[in-house]
Amino acid sequence: MSSNNRLPVVPTVTVLAIIKARLLGATKGHQLLKKKADALNIKFRKVLAEIVKTKTEMGKTMKESAFELTQAKYAAGEHIKHTIFDNVEAAQVKVKAVTENVAGVKLPKFQYLNDGSESKMEMTGLGKGGQPIQNCRTANIKAIQLLVELASLQTSFLALDEAIKTTNRRVNALENVVIPKLENTITYIKGELDELEREEFFRLKKIQANKERDLALKEAEQAMALMGDAFGGGGSGGSNLVDGDHDEDQLFTS
Amino acid sequence: MADPSATNSADGLMIAVIADEDTVTGFLLAGVGNVDARRKSNFLVVDAKTTVPDIEAAFKDFTTRGDIAIILISQYIADMIRHLVHNYTKPVPAILEIPSKDHPYEPEKDSILSRVTHMLG
Repeated sequence: MSSNNRLPVVPTVTVLAIIKARLLGATKGHQLLKKKADALNIKFRKVLAEIVKTKTEMGKTMKESAFELTQAKYAAGEHIKHTIFDNVEAAQVKVKAVTENVAGVKLPKFQYLNDGSESKMEMTGLGKGGQPIQNCRTANIKAIQLLVELASLQTSFLALDEAIKTTNRRVNALENVVIPKLENTITYIKGELDELEREEFFRLKKIQANKERDLALKEAEQAMALMGDAFGGGGSGGSNLVDGDHDEDQLFTS
Repeated sequence: MADPSATNSADGLMIAVIADEDTVTGFLLAGVGNVDARRKSNFLVVDAKTTVPDIEAAFKDFTTRGDIAIILISQYIADMIRHLVHNYTKPVPAILEIPSKDHPYEPEKDSILSRVTHMLG
């Protein structure tokens, strides 16, 4: 089983070192990603709680501004909305998009921005119903500020949700796929190397045994040869002078 | 007018509103309204005569314009184009469902809030 779940590598010492380094990197990365996921989760919880709070607050604020509008209408007459619609020019209230960095994840955040330019809206109701209209205006500006805050929370929520998902996916991939695979590869390489070492040892022993045998054989042969030489030489050279063949007398005649 | 979206993003993005007349009036009074030289506005007043395709067109326009950061939409209008709101997943512009005067706010229906409560358990 373990032999299937490993990298296709040649079992050598060099590859073992490389794989070990990779395992080290994967473990470190896993730790870091886990920390990142934790940081994101903390932020996420905070954002969630805040969203719920702001949403309920929004309901209240919107109700207030609607009530203010009704008051303004009562004071200035129904036609006031046409004046308002006609007075629309360039947007005075805008939002600025900034980014907040949480554990390397960029969260878009909106900032309420009022460019402070003169708008006709400030003059609306100058003729009739001024105070309620301005009250309505402030109530709505307050509502807008709250809504902008809520919008940034919501955007953070979506971005965080996405970031947490990808981080968790990476953590799980490292934990359940990459690290076991590397570990299996290391055990495989170690096993193979041990096997090779045993083979090598056996081979050495075998060669030594062969050499010893050869040496013994050679020595024996040499000894035999030496012995044979001694016996053979004695037989041929060393003859008895006494019991030899009849030795003819040498006669010198002239 | 070289690139309107570039100049707009430099000094802030706009807030778009799709709501009933009273809500829009209130926000216009606060100063979110913007009408450019071509009489193109960043708000849509929804009344009895407004059709669903109109709202859909406005929603799609606001989400693709590039100079809008937040879209405020009344919840009952969001209900009309719920399929679009649900399938919208981009972070910017942010869709914000707001309560309206005539229709009580139901947190369960909110696309985001339903996910929030689902996660909190």
